[in-house]
Amino acid sequence: MRTLLRDRLALDPRDRGGPLQPLLIARDLRKHFPVKGSGGKSVKAVDGVSFTVRKGETLGIVGESGCGKSTLARLLLHLVVPDAGELVFDGDRVDTHELPVDALRRQVQIMFQDSYSSLNPRMPIRDSVAFGPFVQGRKKQQARDIACEMLGKVGLDPDLFGPRYPHELSGGQKQRVNIARALATGPRMVILDEPVSALDKSVEAQVLNLLRTLKRQFNLTYLFISHDLNVVRYLSDRVLVMYLGRAVEIGPIDAVFERPLHPYTHALLASRPSMDPARRIEEAPISGDPPNPIDPPPGCRFHPRCPFAETPCEKTDPVLGTWEGPQSHVAACHMHDLASGHTQIAHV
Amino acid sequence: MTDYTPVIPANAGIQGSGAPTAVLDPRFRGGDDVTEQQTEPLYEEQALPATRVRGYWQSVFYRLRHDPVTLVFAVIVLLIVLAAVFAPLLAPFDPYKESIVGRLKPFGWRGHPLGTDELGRDMLSRLLFGGRVSLLMGVVPVLIASLVGGMLGVLAGFVGGRTNTAVMRTMDVFYAFPSVLLAVAIAGAMGGGMANGMLALTLVFTPPMCRVAETATTQVRALDYIEAARASGARTMTIIRYHVLGNVLGPVFIYASSLVSISILLAAGLSFLGLGVRPPLPDWGLMLSTLRQSIYVVPLVCALPGLAIFITSICCNLVSDGLRAAMDVRM
Amino acid sequence: MIRYALRRILYAIPIAFGVSVVCFALVYIAPGDPLQTVLPPDATAETIAIVKHAYGFDKPLPMQFLIWLGRVVTGDFGVSIATRRPVILEVSDALANTALLAMFAVPIAFGIGYAMGAVAGSFAGRWIDRVVTGAAVIGVSLPNYWLGIVLVIVFAVEYMLLPATGMGPNGSTGFNLLQWSNARFLVLPVVTLSMIPIGILARTTRAAVAELRNQDFVQTLRAKGLSEWAVTRHVLKNAMPQVMAVMGLQFGYLLGGSILVETVFTWPGSGFLLSKAIINRDVPVLQGTILTLSLVFVATNLIVDLMQSLIDPRIRRA
Repeated sequence: MRTLLRDRLALDPRDRGGPLQPLLIARDLRKHFPVKGSGGKSVKAVDGVSFTVRKGETLGIVGESGCGKSTLARLLLHLVVPDAGELVFDGDRVDTHELPVDALRRQVQIMFQDSYSSLNPRMPIRDSVAFGPFVQGRKKQQARDIACEMLGKVGLDPDLFGPRYPHELSGGQKQRVNIARALATGPRMVILDEPVSALDKSVEAQVLNLLRTLKRQFNLTYLFISHDLNVVRYLSDRVLVMYLGRAVEIGPIDAVFERPLHPYTHALLASRPSMDPARRIEEAPISGDPPNPIDPPPGCRFHPRCPFAETPCEKTDPVLGTWEGPQSHVAACHMHDLASGHTQIAHV
Repeated sequence: MTDYTPVIPANAGIQGSGAPTAVLDPRFRGGDDVTEQQTEPLYEEQALPATRVRGYWQSVFYRLRHDPVTLVFAVIVLLIVLAAVFAPLLAPFDPYKESIVGRLKPFGWRGHPLGTDELGRDMLSRLLFGGRVSLLMGVVPVLIASLVGGMLGVLAGFVGGRTNTAVMRTMDVFYAFPSVLLAVAIAGAMGGGMANGMLALTLVFTPPMCRVAETATTQVRALDYIEAARASGARTMTIIRYHVLGNVLGPVFIYASSLVSISILLAAGLSFLGLGVRPPLPDWGLMLSTLRQSIYVVPLVCALPGLAIFITSICCNLVSDGLRAAMDVRM
Repeated sequence: MIRYALRRILYAIPIAFGVSVVCFALVYIAPGDPLQTVLPPDATAETIAIVKHAYGFDKPLPMQFLIWLGRVVTGDFGVSIATRRPVILEVSDALANTALLAMFAVPIAFGIGYAMGAVAGSFAGRWIDRVVTGAAVIGVSLPNYWLGIVLVIVFAVEYMLLPATGMGPNGSTGFNLLQWSNARFLVLPVVTLSMIPIGILARTTRAAVAELRNQDFVQTLRAKGLSEWAVTRHVLKNAMPQVMAVMGLQFGYLLGGSILVETVFTWPGSGFLLSKAIINRDVPVLQGTILTLSLVFVATNLIVDLMQSLIDPRIRRA
């Protein structure tokens, strides 16, 4: 199977570093939103996040609401300009002469959550999907043809659905249109921002399966953002856990889900409701107040809610361990840092 | 719009349904170690929308067609406009022809169906020709204000930041004047006359149009599909042209149509004060003013120009209300 | 709350400044030399130069503006070219007469308009709603100058119940409100002036009330067992902020729009003063009147905004 992947990637003319070069490297991305009228304070939405995405994989990003996932998604496409940090796409630095943002947007696309405003209510969906190719240089008719083809690929009959308006479609159908729109420009990587959060469970499964199918068909790399852990597990190869604008754990999906290293990850996983009466829990696995991104706590940001917090946790910020390879599983926690002074150094 | 769409289950024995079941099966998880299970397109799986295809503008026309009140008044407005346009054909007399003998005569005197004015000119003819002037002075300022104010508002709304602040604060200064006062002040300062009157009214209407356009643009700008458009690499002007304008045009048009009746009232008011059209040009406001001294002689004749203004204004008002009702529906 | 009030007041200052710039500039967009109204046509070049210097027309425009602004701030609006009286006296006299009209028109218009709108909104869709809405549309589309003439025709010409023009048998100086022989001159102007605000307020109130009644919290109130009258009181209270904003605007209309009504009834108010000043090209009076009226409008809007924020806590956060 690996050989097949390598062969498929080699066929892509835009490929620039071979299958081993990461498709996307994010280094120390930072974005603070100033709060009006409060002096110099700002909402630290993304505060130094670094990760890597390999070609052909699906990286999941999970976290609570307000942890900065959606801002991170927008930073990756420069829809929001980062205050600091670097993005490297297939070896080229983004927003420099190597790879201007326009060129990046031809290779990376984003798919939004189905809010009612994800599609222009006054445009037939064929035109909404055709807008991307049209803007990137195709003629109108050509763009429309591409749109029809994409609608077919996502399972919507283009003749039947093309001239429709968004309000005539169901939630699942609208998400298919969103997928078609994201894929119409032929990207290599798609950022999926909570693609199934607004859908019913049965429809959710259809859309997820469609995403999997399309990923194989089009050699895509996915960045899958969600707050639903089960869904993330279904699609992802590796997962990044975010908390209050920081990355706290990253690793292969099974490793993280079965042997979580960071107390926050552990708590997240434990708080999934279960149908099994034997697994019913009485108390909430996470205690304490939800975090305030304007005034994050000093030291480790999770320490007010962490059952293992000790003095080093209140003083120093733990660092996410170095990434040694695709199988490495690291967490930003003093319990995994031999030099931190924490009394409960976990055994790896 | 119907919410109920029947969903055909994935494996209902349809062709090509070797599809994976619509459940999260732990065997089929990410990565490449799963073989393709379907090659057919999934057309049959999709639920068919139950409604007829009807775009936004089509639904607007549909609602208008079924709104009898608005239609009736729209017809009346059309008749008034036609009467003004075809004034030369319809007027029984020359509107400028004076007659010393036949001054201030009542209805029906010697073939003048609506009497004569203080200089002996036929009222009906002057009303018809006056309609041209009054309608022009009413509609043109609104049109120009919509264009200029609309463009400014869309730009300010979309670009945001300092440009927005600069434009909107300037508009706010003009908003600080009551509209009648501003119109009178500008028209008065410039010395009156039809062109100056129209200019004054345009200046009075531009700030509100700008505000309407800016509000609509700001609302649209925050929506997801604009971000999606930006993500596909579109330039600002392209996004404005394809995504913003269509959504801004509605509120702007509705507001402009409601301004028409106010504009007609204000324009005639300016002429009434002597700041608009100059004699001997026939204009309803001017006619009302010059006939004022004669109300003791032929009161009914003197009230006619005002009646014309009133009828036109109320019909335009009702038509614009109907348009708003037809266009303002959430889809 | 205090912060919002301060911010709002601070915001009014540049607006007032902008207004003064526009007032000043109005005179200079006019065709013709403002000097011509003052000088005889055959004045020598010397006389022209002297008068020019005396009026300050020979200095550069920004200078003239600052000088003018300085005088205005101290209350010196100059002297009327027509009557040689200080402008500020002319304006304040006229404004007092207009205020008299407004004093009666405001409560009548606001009260009737609000009541009509509240009734129509509470019975939305029924015949009373249609009647009120129809009346409101008529009120809004009426040219008030025409209404004045029609009322004069009916009450003064045909039936001779009320006087047609003027401000009483003794004029404005001897006006005594308590005597019917004087006060009867108020009736027609006040009625005419009230028409359009009644229409606008009825429409706005009706829309606000009808919309509020559809909201969930009204259902909750009913479910809790409140009487219909108590529910209506709640709705009306919530509708107040929106309606108040419109009332403020309408007050401004009464100030600015009085010019038409005052002309019809020859009522010696600020509007009438303005139209006379335009005809006579009496520049100082023109500037003084427009400036005063606009600043009063700005102040009114400011007060309305502050009152609104008192009643509607949502606004304070913005």
